[in-house]
Amino acid sequence: MNSLVKYFSRRRTWSIPYVIFLAIFVVVPLILIMVYAFQSNDGGFSLANFEKFINQPEAANTFIYSIGIALITTIICIILGYPAAYILSRAQLSTARLVVMLFILPMWINVLVRTLATVALFDFMRLPLGEGALIFGMVYNFLPFMIYPIYNVLQKMDHSLIEAAEDLGATPRQVFTRVVFPLSMPGIVSGIMMVFMPTISTFAISELLTMNNIKLFGTTIQENINNGMWHYGAALSLIMLIIIGITSLFTDSSSEDGGNEGLL
Amino acid sequence: MIKKILSGGYLVLLLIMLYAPIAIIAIFSFTESKVLGNWTGFSTELYTSLFSGGVRYSLVDALQNTFIIATVAAVVSTLLGTIAAIGIHDLRYGKRRAINFVNNIPILNPDIITGISLFLLFVSLGISQGYMTVILAHIAFCTPYVVLSIMPRLVQMNPNIYEAALDLGATPMQAMRRIIIPEIRPGMISGFILAFTLSIDDFAVTIFTNGTDGLQTLSTYIYADARKGGLTPELRALSTIILIVVVVLLIIVNYRAARQAKRAEEQQKQVTIKNRVRR
Repeated sequence: MNSLVKYFSRRRTWSIPYVIFLAIFVVVPLILIMVYAFQSNDGGFSLANFEKFINQPEAANTFIYSIGIALITTIICIILGYPAAYILSRAQLSTARLVVMLFILPMWINVLVRTLATVALFDFMRLPLGEGALIFGMVYNFLPFMIYPIYNVLQKMDHSLIEAAEDLGATPRQVFTRVVFPLSMPGIVSGIMMVFMPTISTFAISELLTMNNIKLFGTTIQENINNGMWHYGAALSLIMLIIIGITSLFTDSSSEDGGNEGLL
Repeated sequence: MIKKILSGGYLVLLLIMLYAPIAIIAIFSFTESKVLGNWTGFSTELYTSLFSGGVRYSLVDALQNTFIIATVAAVVSTLLGTIAAIGIHDLRYGKRRAINFVNNIPILNPDIITGISLFLLFVSLGISQGYMTVILAHIAFCTPYVVLSIMPRLVQMNPNIYEAALDLGATPMQAMRRIIIPEIRPGMISGFILAFTLSIDDFAVTIFTNGTDGLQTLSTYIYADARKGGLTPELRALSTIILIVVVVLLIIVNYRAARQAKRAEEQQKQVTIKNRVRR
Protein backbone atom coordinates (compact mmCIF):
# COMPACT_ATOMS: atom_id res chain seq x y z
CA MET A 1 0.00 0.00 0.00
CA ASN A 2 2.69 2.39 1.09
CA SER A 3 4.78 1.67 -1.96
CA LEU A 4 1.75 2.34 -4.16
CA VAL A 5 1.31 5.77 -2.60
CA LYS A 6 4.98 6.41 -3.10
CA TYR A 7 4.74 5.33 -6.71
CA PHE A 8 1.90 7.71 -7.48
CA SER A 9 3.46 10.64 -5.67
CA ARG A 10 6.57 10.41 -7.80
CA ARG A 11 6.22 13.13 -10.36
CA ARG A 12 7.49 11.13 -13.32
CA THR A 13 4.60 8.71 -12.81
CA TRP A 14 2.31 11.58 -13.71
CA SER A 15 3.46 11.51 -17.31
CA ILE A 16 1.98 8.03 -17.82
CA PRO A 17 -1.67 9.02 -18.46
CA TYR A 18 -0.56 11.50 -21.10
CA VAL A 19 1.77 9.00 -22.77
CA ILE A 20 -1.17 6.60 -23.09
CA PHE A 21 -3.36 9.45 -24.32
CA LEU A 22 -0.80 10.48 -26.96
CA ALA A 23 -0.45 6.90 -28.10
CA ILE A 24 -4.20 6.50 -28.60
CA PHE A 25 -5.04 9.90 -30.04
CA VAL A 26 -1.89 10.86 -31.94
CA VAL A 27 0.26 7.88 -32.83
CA VAL A 28 -2.41 5.26 -33.55
CA PRO A 29 -4.54 7.59 -35.74
CA LEU A 30 -1.51 8.47 -37.86
CA ILE A 31 -0.65 4.79 -38.26
CA LEU A 32 -4.28 4.21 -39.24
CA ILE A 33 -3.93 6.70 -42.09
CA MET A 34 -1.03 4.65 -43.39
CA VAL A 35 -2.84 1.36 -42.91
CA TYR A 36 -5.96 2.59 -44.70
CA ALA A 37 -3.90 4.13 -47.49
CA PHE A 38 -2.26 0.82 -48.34
CA GLN A 39 -5.46 -1.20 -48.20
CA SER A 40 -7.96 -1.95 -50.92
CA ASN A 41 -11.64 -1.81 -50.10
CA ASP A 42 -11.72 -5.51 -49.19
CA GLY A 43 -8.95 -5.06 -46.65
CA GLY A 44 -5.92 -6.60 -48.34
CA PHE A 45 -2.63 -4.82 -48.95
CA SER A 46 -2.60 -2.92 -52.23
CA LEU A 47 -1.15 0.09 -53.98
CA ALA A 48 -4.39 0.62 -55.89
CA ASN A 49 -5.15 3.92 -54.15
CA PHE A 50 -1.88 5.45 -55.26
CA GLU A 51 -2.23 4.06 -58.77
CA LYS A 52 -5.68 5.64 -58.89
CA PHE A 53 -4.20 8.98 -57.85
CA ILE A 54 -1.58 8.88 -60.60
CA ASN A 55 -3.94 7.60 -63.29
CA GLN A 56 -6.83 9.87 -62.43
CA PRO A 57 -5.93 13.23 -63.97
CA GLU A 58 -8.52 15.11 -61.95
CA ALA A 59 -7.05 14.43 -58.50
CA ALA A 60 -3.46 14.86 -59.69
CA ASN A 61 -4.33 18.14 -61.41
CA THR A 62 -6.06 19.42 -58.29
CA PHE A 63 -2.96 18.49 -56.35
CA ILE A 64 -0.62 20.44 -58.63
CA TYR A 65 -3.05 23.37 -58.82
CA SER A 66 -3.23 23.51 -55.00
CA ILE A 67 0.54 23.61 -54.71
CA GLY A 68 0.55 26.43 -57.27
CA ILE A 69 -2.05 28.43 -55.35
CA ALA A 70 -0.15 27.86 -52.10
CA LEU A 71 3.10 29.03 -53.74
CA ILE A 72 1.48 32.17 -55.19
CA THR A 73 -0.15 32.95 -51.83
CA THR A 74 3.17 32.50 -50.04
CA ILE A 75 5.04 34.73 -52.49
CA ILE A 76 2.42 37.50 -52.31
CA CYS A 77 2.52 37.26 -48.53
CA ILE A 78 6.30 37.73 -48.56
CA ILE A 79 6.09 40.68 -50.98
CA LEU A 80 3.35 42.39 -48.95
CA GLY A 81 4.47 41.27 -45.52
CA TYR A 82 8.21 41.90 -45.60
CA PRO A 83 7.99 45.68 -46.07
CA ALA A 84 5.34 45.86 -43.37
CA ALA A 85 7.51 43.89 -40.95
CA TYR A 86 10.52 46.04 -41.86
CA ILE A 87 8.65 49.31 -41.29
CA LEU A 88 7.33 48.00 -37.98
CA SER A 89 10.78 46.96 -36.82
CA ARG A 90 12.00 50.53 -37.40
CA ALA A 91 9.03 52.13 -35.64
CA GLN A 92 8.81 53.02 -31.98
CA LEU A 93 8.34 49.91 -29.90
CA SER A 94 4.98 50.88 -28.40
CA THR A 95 3.53 51.85 -31.79
CA ALA A 96 4.92 48.72 -33.38
CA ARG A 97 3.38 46.53 -30.67
CA LEU A 98 -0.01 48.14 -31.21
CA VAL A 99 0.11 47.74 -34.99
CA VAL A 100 1.28 44.13 -34.72
CA MET A 101 -1.66 43.48 -32.43
CA LEU A 102 -3.96 45.08 -34.99
CA PHE A 103 -2.57 42.72 -37.61
CA ILE A 104 -3.15 39.69 -35.41
CA LEU A 105 -6.57 40.70 -34.11
CA PRO A 106 -8.60 39.46 -37.12
CA MET A 107 -7.06 36.02 -36.54
CA TRP A 108 -9.29 35.68 -33.51
CA ILE A 109 -12.41 35.70 -35.62
CA ASN A 110 -13.53 32.36 -36.99
CA VAL A 111 -11.83 31.55 -40.30
CA LEU A 112 -15.16 30.86 -41.98
CA VAL A 113 -16.66 34.14 -40.81
CA ARG A 114 -13.60 35.95 -42.14
CA THR A 115 -13.88 34.10 -45.43
CA LEU A 116 -17.56 34.94 -45.73
CA ALA A 117 -16.66 38.54 -44.97
CA THR A 118 -14.27 38.42 -47.93
CA VAL A 119 -17.06 37.04 -50.09
CA ALA A 120 -19.23 39.90 -48.85
CA LEU A 121 -16.53 42.42 -49.77
CA PHE A 122 -16.29 41.04 -53.30
CA ASP A 123 -20.07 41.07 -53.64
CA PHE A 124 -20.18 44.60 -52.28
CA MET A 125 -17.59 45.83 -54.78
CA ARG A 126 -19.34 43.90 -57.57
CA LEU A 127 -16.23 41.81 -58.23
CA PRO A 128 -16.63 38.27 -59.54
CA LEU A 129 -15.78 35.33 -57.29
CA GLY A 130 -13.16 32.95 -58.63
CA GLU A 131 -9.42 32.59 -58.73
CA GLY A 132 -8.78 36.24 -57.85
CA ALA A 133 -11.09 36.04 -54.87
CA LEU A 134 -9.46 32.76 -53.83
CA ILE A 135 -5.96 34.24 -53.78
CA PHE A 136 -7.14 37.43 -52.08
CA GLY A 137 -8.92 35.37 -49.45
CA MET A 138 -5.86 33.20 -48.83
CA VAL A 139 -3.54 36.20 -48.55
CA TYR A 140 -6.06 37.94 -46.33
CA ASN A 141 -6.28 34.92 -44.04
CA PHE A 142 -2.57 34.16 -43.79
CA LEU A 143 -0.69 37.48 -44.21
CA PRO A 144 -0.40 38.06 -40.44
CA PHE A 145 1.41 34.72 -40.12
CA MET A 146 4.08 36.09 -42.46
CA ILE A 147 4.42 39.53 -40.89
CA TYR A 148 4.74 38.33 -37.32
CA PRO A 149 7.80 36.04 -37.54
CA ILE A 150 9.69 38.41 -39.86
CA TYR A 151 8.96 41.32 -37.55
CA ASN A 152 10.17 39.29 -34.58
CA VAL A 153 13.50 38.49 -36.20
CA LEU A 154 14.05 42.03 -37.52
CA GLN A 155 13.18 43.52 -34.18
CA LYS A 156 15.68 41.38 -32.27
CA MET A 157 18.43 42.03 -34.81
CA ASP A 158 21.60 43.53 -33.40
CA HIS A 159 21.50 47.14 -34.60
CA SER A 160 25.25 47.58 -34.27
CA LEU A 161 25.71 45.27 -37.28
CA ILE A 162 23.87 47.78 -39.44
CA GLU A 163 25.91 50.64 -38.00
CA ALA A 164 29.10 48.72 -38.62
CA ALA A 165 28.12 48.17 -42.25
CA GLU A 166 27.38 51.87 -42.60
CA ASP A 167 30.67 52.84 -40.99
CA LEU A 168 32.48 50.57 -43.40
CA GLY A 169 30.98 52.49 -46.30
CA ALA A 170 28.01 50.40 -47.39
CA THR A 171 25.23 52.22 -49.19
CA PRO A 172 21.74 51.87 -47.70
CA ARG A 173 20.89 49.39 -50.44
CA GLN A 174 23.98 47.33 -49.66
CA VAL A 175 23.20 47.41 -45.96
CA PHE A 176 19.82 45.93 -46.74
CA THR A 177 20.84 43.29 -49.28
CA ARG A 178 24.06 42.23 -47.55
CA VAL A 179 23.16 42.54 -43.86
CA VAL A 180 19.50 43.00 -43.00
CA PHE A 181 17.93 40.63 -45.52
CA PRO A 182 20.25 37.65 -44.94
CA LEU A 183 19.87 38.05 -41.19
CA SER A 184 16.08 38.06 -41.48
CA MET A 185 16.07 34.76 -43.37
CA PRO A 186 15.00 32.66 -40.35
CA GLY A 187 11.90 34.84 -40.00
CA ILE A 188 11.06 34.44 -43.68
CA VAL A 189 11.51 30.69 -43.42
CA SER A 190 9.15 30.33 -40.48
CA GLY A 191 6.76 32.69 -42.24
CA ILE A 192 6.82 30.44 -45.30
CA MET A 193 6.07 27.45 -43.09
CA MET A 194 3.20 29.21 -41.39
CA VAL A 195 1.65 30.33 -44.70
CA PHE A 196 2.45 27.53 -47.14
CA MET A 197 1.43 24.62 -44.90
CA PRO A 198 -2.05 25.89 -44.00
CA THR A 199 -2.79 27.11 -47.53
CA ILE A 200 -1.97 23.73 -49.01
CA SER A 201 -4.30 21.97 -46.60
CA THR A 202 -7.30 24.31 -46.58
CA PHE A 203 -10.68 23.21 -47.65
CA ALA A 204 -14.01 24.99 -47.25
CA ILE A 205 -12.31 28.37 -47.76
CA SER A 206 -11.84 27.67 -51.46
CA GLU A 207 -15.38 26.40 -51.85
CA LEU A 208 -16.84 29.55 -50.34
CA LEU A 209 -14.60 31.94 -52.25
CA THR A 210 -15.19 30.42 -55.67
CA MET A 211 -18.84 29.37 -55.39
CA ASN A 212 -17.56 25.80 -55.45
CA ASN A 213 -16.03 26.28 -58.91
CA ILE A 214 -12.40 25.72 -58.00
CA LYS A 215 -11.44 22.66 -56.05
CA LEU A 216 -8.31 22.43 -53.92
CA PHE A 217 -6.62 19.28 -52.74
CA GLY A 218 -8.09 19.56 -49.24
CA THR A 219 -11.58 19.62 -50.73
CA THR A 220 -10.83 16.49 -52.76
CA ILE A 221 -9.72 14.67 -49.62
CA GLN A 222 -12.77 15.80 -47.69
CA GLU A 223 -15.16 14.75 -50.48
CA ASN A 224 -13.63 11.28 -50.66
CA ILE A 225 -13.88 10.77 -46.91
CA ASN A 226 -17.46 12.06 -46.87
CA ASN A 227 -18.44 9.76 -49.70
CA GLY A 228 -17.17 6.73 -47.84
CA MET A 229 -13.99 6.34 -49.91
CA TRP A 230 -11.89 6.11 -46.76
CA HIS A 231 -9.02 4.19 -48.29
CA TYR A 232 -8.54 6.58 -51.18
CA GLY A 233 -9.02 9.57 -48.85
CA ALA A 234 -6.38 8.17 -46.51
CA ALA A 235 -3.97 7.71 -49.43
CA LEU A 236 -4.51 11.35 -50.48
CA SER A 237 -3.97 12.45 -46.85
CA LEU A 238 -0.72 10.51 -46.80
CA ILE A 239 0.41 12.31 -49.96
CA MET A 240 -0.37 15.65 -48.30
CA LEU A 241 1.53 14.57 -45.18
CA ILE A 242 4.56 13.72 -47.31
CA ILE A 243 4.49 17.15 -49.00
CA ILE A 244 4.28 18.82 -45.61
CA GLY A 245 7.05 16.64 -44.26
CA ILE A 246 9.30 17.63 -47.17
CA THR A 247 8.49 21.32 -46.67
CA SER A 248 9.29 21.21 -42.99
CA LEU A 249 12.51 19.28 -43.58
CA PHE A 250 13.55 21.83 -46.18
CA THR A 251 12.74 24.78 -43.94
CA ASP A 252 14.21 23.11 -40.87
CA SER A 253 17.64 22.63 -42.36
CA SER A 254 17.83 26.23 -43.54
CA SER A 255 16.72 27.69 -40.23
CA GLU A 256 18.92 25.69 -37.92
CA ASP A 257 20.73 28.76 -36.65
CA GLY A 258 18.05 29.80 -34.20
CA GLY A 259 15.25 30.25 -36.70
CA ASN A 260 12.72 28.73 -34.35
CA GLU A 261 12.72 31.91 -32.34
CA GLY A 262 10.71 33.48 -35.11
CA LEU A 263 7.86 31.06 -34.60
CA LEU A 264 6.44 32.39 -31.38
CA MET B 1 9.81 62.76 -43.80
CA ILE B 2 8.30 61.62 -47.09
CA LYS B 3 9.65 58.15 -46.34
CA LYS B 4 7.87 58.15 -43.01
CA ILE B 5 4.54 59.15 -44.54
CA LEU B 6 4.92 56.55 -47.29
CA SER B 7 5.73 53.73 -44.90
CA GLY B 8 2.96 54.75 -42.52
CA GLY B 9 0.57 54.92 -45.45
CA TYR B 10 1.57 51.43 -46.55
CA LEU B 11 0.76 49.99 -43.13
CA VAL B 12 -2.57 51.81 -43.06
CA LEU B 13 -3.39 50.44 -46.52
CA LEU B 14 -2.65 46.87 -45.43
CA LEU B 15 -4.74 47.32 -42.31
CA ILE B 16 -7.63 48.69 -44.39
CA MET B 17 -7.40 45.62 -46.61
CA LEU B 18 -7.41 43.40 -43.54
CA TYR B 19 -10.32 45.12 -41.85
CA ALA B 20 -12.53 46.00 -44.82
CA PRO B 21 -14.38 42.66 -44.88
CA ILE B 22 -14.91 42.71 -41.13
CA ALA B 23 -16.09 46.32 -41.26
CA ILE B 24 -18.65 45.44 -43.91
CA ILE B 25 -20.04 42.63 -41.76
CA ALA B 26 -20.22 44.92 -38.74
CA ILE B 27 -21.88 47.78 -40.66
CA PHE B 28 -24.43 45.53 -42.32
CA SER B 29 -25.32 43.93 -39.02
CA PHE B 30 -27.31 47.10 -38.36
CA THR B 31 -29.70 46.68 -41.24
CA GLU B 32 -32.45 44.14 -41.69
CA SER B 33 -31.83 43.16 -45.29
CA LYS B 34 -31.52 39.46 -46.00
CA VAL B 35 -28.80 39.99 -48.58
CA LEU B 36 -25.47 41.41 -47.51
CA GLY B 37 -24.59 44.66 -49.23
CA ASN B 38 -28.15 45.87 -49.43
CA TRP B 39 -28.74 48.75 -47.01
CA THR B 40 -32.38 49.00 -46.02
CA GLY B 41 -32.08 51.53 -43.23
CA PHE B 42 -30.74 51.36 -39.71
CA SER B 43 -32.20 48.71 -37.47
CA THR B 44 -31.13 46.55 -34.55
CA GLU B 45 -33.59 43.86 -35.60
CA LEU B 46 -30.83 41.29 -36.18
CA TYR B 47 -29.55 41.72 -32.63
CA THR B 48 -32.96 41.46 -31.01
CA SER B 49 -33.94 38.43 -33.05
CA LEU B 50 -30.61 36.79 -32.20
CA PHE B 51 -31.45 36.99 -28.51
CA SER B 52 -35.23 36.69 -28.55
CA GLY B 53 -35.19 33.30 -30.23
CA GLY B 54 -36.68 34.72 -33.39
CA VAL B 55 -33.70 33.31 -35.20
CA ARG B 56 -33.73 29.76 -36.41
CA TYR B 57 -33.37 27.52 -33.41
CA SER B 58 -30.38 25.71 -34.90
CA LEU B 59 -28.04 28.70 -34.65
CA VAL B 60 -28.64 29.10 -30.92
CA ASP B 61 -28.22 25.37 -30.60
CA ALA B 62 -24.91 25.47 -32.49
CA LEU B 63 -23.70 28.33 -30.31
CA GLN B 64 -24.58 26.36 -27.19
CA ASN B 65 -22.77 23.27 -28.46
CA THR B 66 -19.70 25.34 -29.28
CA PHE B 67 -19.47 26.70 -25.75
CA ILE B 68 -20.16 23.39 -24.02
CA ILE B 69 -17.56 21.60 -26.13
CA ALA B 70 -14.99 24.38 -25.70
CA THR B 71 -15.50 24.53 -21.93
CA VAL B 72 -15.26 20.77 -21.40
CA ALA B 73 -12.31 20.44 -23.78
CA ALA B 74 -10.43 23.37 -22.22
CA VAL B 75 -10.99 22.17 -18.63
CA VAL B 76 -9.99 18.58 -19.35
CA SER B 77 -6.99 19.48 -21.49
CA THR B 78 -5.75 21.96 -18.88
CA LEU B 79 -5.94 19.29 -16.16
CA LEU B 80 -4.43 16.58 -18.34
CA GLY B 81 -1.80 18.96 -19.70
CA THR B 82 -0.78 20.17 -16.24
CA ILE B 83 -0.36 16.66 -14.86
CA ALA B 84 1.47 15.63 -18.02
CA ALA B 85 3.82 18.64 -18.00
CA ILE B 86 4.79 18.05 -14.35
CA GLY B 87 5.42 14.40 -15.10
CA ILE B 88 7.34 14.99 -18.32
CA HIS B 89 9.54 17.61 -16.68
CA ASP B 90 10.67 15.05 -14.13
CA LEU B 91 11.62 12.47 -16.76
CA ARG B 92 15.13 11.84 -17.96
CA TYR B 93 16.36 13.64 -21.08
CA GLY B 94 15.79 10.88 -23.67
CA LYS B 95 12.22 10.06 -22.68
CA ARG B 96 11.42 13.74 -22.29
CA ARG B 97 12.61 14.45 -25.82
CA ALA B 98 10.61 11.55 -27.23
CA ILE B 99 7.38 12.70 -25.58
CA ASN B 100 7.96 16.30 -26.61
CA PHE B 101 8.43 15.13 -30.18
CA VAL B 102 5.08 13.31 -30.21
CA ASN B 103 3.51 16.26 -28.40
CA ASN B 104 4.52 18.51 -31.31
CA ILE B 105 2.89 16.35 -33.96
CA PRO B 106 -0.69 17.60 -33.53
CA ILE B 107 0.60 21.18 -33.43
CA LEU B 108 2.50 20.88 -36.72
CA ASN B 109 -0.04 18.67 -38.47
CA PRO B 110 -2.64 20.41 -40.61
CA ASP B 111 -6.12 20.32 -39.07
CA ILE B 112 -7.49 18.25 -41.91
CA ILE B 113 -4.97 15.47 -41.24
CA THR B 114 -5.70 15.52 -37.51
CA GLY B 115 -9.41 15.40 -38.32
CA ILE B 116 -9.15 12.51 -40.76
CA SER B 117 -6.80 10.51 -38.55
CA LEU B 118 -9.18 10.82 -35.59
CA PHE B 119 -12.12 10.01 -37.84
CA LEU B 120 -10.37 6.79 -38.88
CA LEU B 121 -9.63 6.01 -35.22
CA PHE B 122 -13.29 6.32 -34.20
CA VAL B 123 -14.43 4.39 -37.26
CA SER B 124 -12.02 1.51 -36.64
CA LEU B 125 -12.99 1.33 -32.98
CA GLY B 126 -16.63 1.31 -33.97
CA ILE B 127 -17.44 4.34 -31.81
CA SER B 128 -20.51 6.16 -33.08
CA GLN B 129 -19.65 9.79 -33.61
CA GLY B 130 -21.30 12.67 -31.84
CA TYR B 131 -20.77 14.89 -28.81
CA MET B 132 -18.34 12.49 -27.17
CA THR B 133 -16.05 12.11 -30.19
CA VAL B 134 -15.94 15.85 -30.89
CA ILE B 135 -14.96 16.54 -27.29
CA LEU B 136 -12.32 13.79 -27.34
CA ALA B 137 -10.93 15.13 -30.60
CA HIS B 138 -10.79 18.67 -29.23
CA ILE B 139 -9.01 17.47 -26.10
CA ALA B 140 -6.57 15.62 -28.35
CA PHE B 141 -5.50 18.70 -30.30
CA CYS B 142 -5.72 21.21 -27.42
CA THR B 143 -3.71 19.38 -24.74
CA PRO B 144 -0.34 19.62 -26.58
CA TYR B 145 -0.71 23.42 -26.55
CA VAL B 146 -1.40 23.37 -22.80
CA VAL B 147 1.70 21.23 -22.22
CA LEU B 148 3.73 23.66 -24.34
CA SER B 149 2.55 26.68 -22.39
CA ILE B 150 3.27 25.10 -18.98
CA MET B 151 6.69 23.60 -19.80
CA PRO B 152 8.72 26.86 -19.81
CA ARG B 153 7.38 27.70 -16.34
CA LEU B 154 8.62 24.40 -14.98
CA VAL B 155 11.99 24.84 -16.65
CA GLN B 156 12.40 28.31 -15.17
CA MET B 157 11.44 27.12 -11.70
CA ASN B 158 14.16 26.66 -9.13
CA PRO B 159 14.08 22.91 -8.32
CA ASN B 160 15.60 23.54 -4.91
CA ILE B 161 12.40 25.13 -3.63
CA TYR B 162 10.51 21.88 -4.12
CA GLU B 163 13.29 19.89 -2.46
CA ALA B 164 13.39 22.37 0.40
CA ALA B 165 9.66 21.94 0.97
CA LEU B 166 10.13 18.17 1.17
CA ASP B 167 13.07 18.58 3.56
CA LEU B 168 10.95 20.79 5.78
CA GLY B 169 8.42 17.98 6.11
CA ALA B 170 5.88 18.69 3.41
CA THR B 171 4.36 15.64 1.75
CA PRO B 172 4.87 15.47 -2.03
CA MET B 173 1.21 16.44 -2.52
CA GLN B 174 1.58 19.46 -0.22
CA ALA B 175 4.71 20.53 -2.05
CA MET B 176 2.82 20.16 -5.30
CA ARG B 177 -0.07 22.30 -4.10
CA ARG B 178 1.95 24.95 -2.31
CA ILE B 179 5.05 25.19 -4.51
CA ILE B 180 4.64 23.85 -8.01
CA ILE B 181 1.04 24.76 -8.82
CA PRO B 182 1.39 28.45 -7.84
CA GLU B 183 4.57 28.62 -9.87
CA ILE B 184 3.01 27.27 -13.06
CA ARG B 185 -0.41 28.91 -12.66
CA PRO B 186 0.19 31.61 -15.32
CA GLY B 187 1.09 28.87 -17.81
CA MET B 188 -2.05 26.97 -16.88
CA ILE B 189 -4.20 30.05 -17.39
CA SER B 190 -2.74 30.88 -20.77
CA GLY B 191 -2.98 27.20 -21.75
CA PHE B 192 -6.64 27.19 -20.77
CA ILE B 193 -7.37 30.35 -22.78
CA LEU B 194 -5.48 28.95 -25.77
CA ALA B 195 -7.36 25.63 -25.59
CA PHE B 196 -10.70 27.41 -25.28
CA THR B 197 -10.13 29.68 -28.28
CA LEU B 198 -8.68 26.85 -30.39
CA SER B 199 -11.73 24.74 -29.66
CA ILE B 200 -14.18 27.55 -30.45
CA ASP B 201 -12.36 28.35 -33.66
CA ASP B 202 -11.98 24.80 -34.87
CA PHE B 203 -13.68 23.69 -38.03
CA ALA B 204 -11.63 20.98 -39.74
CA VAL B 205 -11.40 18.55 -36.83
CA THR B 206 -15.03 19.04 -35.83
CA ILE B 207 -16.44 18.38 -39.29
CA PHE B 208 -14.74 14.99 -39.46
CA THR B 209 -15.74 13.87 -35.97
CA ASN B 210 -19.28 15.23 -35.49
CA GLY B 211 -20.98 12.23 -37.05
CA THR B 212 -24.19 12.18 -39.02
CA ASP B 213 -26.67 12.98 -36.26
CA GLY B 214 -26.57 16.66 -37.10
CA LEU B 215 -24.41 17.87 -34.23
CA GLN B 216 -23.38 21.40 -35.24
CA THR B 217 -20.93 23.83 -33.74
CA LEU B 218 -20.78 27.44 -34.83
CA SER B 219 -18.19 26.79 -37.56
CA THR B 220 -19.90 23.75 -39.04
CA TYR B 221 -23.20 25.62 -38.89
CA ILE B 222 -21.72 28.56 -40.82
CA TYR B 223 -20.24 26.14 -43.34
CA ALA B 224 -23.51 24.30 -43.91
CA ASP B 225 -25.34 27.61 -44.05
CA ALA B 226 -22.98 29.13 -46.60
CA ARG B 227 -23.13 26.04 -48.78
CA LYS B 228 -26.90 26.30 -48.90
CA GLY B 229 -26.30 29.63 -50.59
CA GLY B 230 -27.39 32.25 -48.11
CA LEU B 231 -25.90 33.34 -44.85
CA THR B 232 -28.34 33.63 -41.96
CA PRO B 233 -28.51 37.43 -41.50
CA GLU B 234 -28.29 37.04 -37.73
CA LEU B 235 -24.75 35.70 -38.19
CA ARG B 236 -23.65 39.25 -39.01
CA ALA B 237 -24.86 40.41 -35.62
CA LEU B 238 -23.26 37.41 -33.94
CA SER B 239 -19.90 37.97 -35.68
CA THR B 240 -19.94 41.61 -34.64
CA ILE B 241 -20.58 40.64 -31.02
CA ILE B 242 -17.79 38.04 -31.14
CA LEU B 243 -15.42 40.66 -32.56
CA ILE B 244 -16.22 43.13 -29.79
CA VAL B 245 -15.81 40.48 -27.08
CA VAL B 246 -12.47 39.44 -28.56
CA VAL B 247 -11.23 43.04 -28.73
CA VAL B 248 -12.21 43.66 -25.10
CA LEU B 249 -10.58 40.40 -23.96
CA LEU B 250 -7.39 41.17 -25.87
CA ILE B 251 -7.19 44.64 -24.36
CA ILE B 252 -7.58 43.17 -20.87
CA VAL B 253 -5.00 40.44 -21.49
CA ASN B 254 -2.50 42.88 -22.98
CA TYR B 255 -3.05 45.39 -20.21
CA ARG B 256 -2.40 42.67 -17.63
CA ALA B 257 0.68 41.44 -19.47
CA ALA B 258 2.08 44.96 -19.68
CA ARG B 259 1.46 45.49 -15.97
CA GLN B 260 3.11 42.20 -15.08
CA ALA B 261 6.11 43.01 -17.24
CA LYS B 262 6.43 46.36 -15.50
CA ARG B 263 6.20 44.73 -12.09
CA ALA B 264 8.82 42.15 -13.01
CA GLU B 265 11.08 44.94 -14.23
CA GLU B 266 10.70 46.82 -10.97
CA GLN B 267 11.45 43.71 -8.96
CA GLN B 268 14.54 43.18 -11.04
CA LYS B 269 15.60 46.74 -10.34
CA GLN B 270 15.10 46.30 -6.61
CA VAL B 271 17.14 43.12 -6.63
CA THR B 272 20.01 44.80 -8.41
CA ILE B 273 19.84 47.75 -6.01
CA LYS B 274 19.93 45.37 -3.05
CA ASN B 275 22.88 43.57 -4.53
CA ARG B 276 24.69 46.82 -5.00
CA VAL B 277 24.00 47.88 -1.42
CA ARG B 278 25.31 44.56 -0.20
CA ARG B 279 28.50 45.09 -2.05
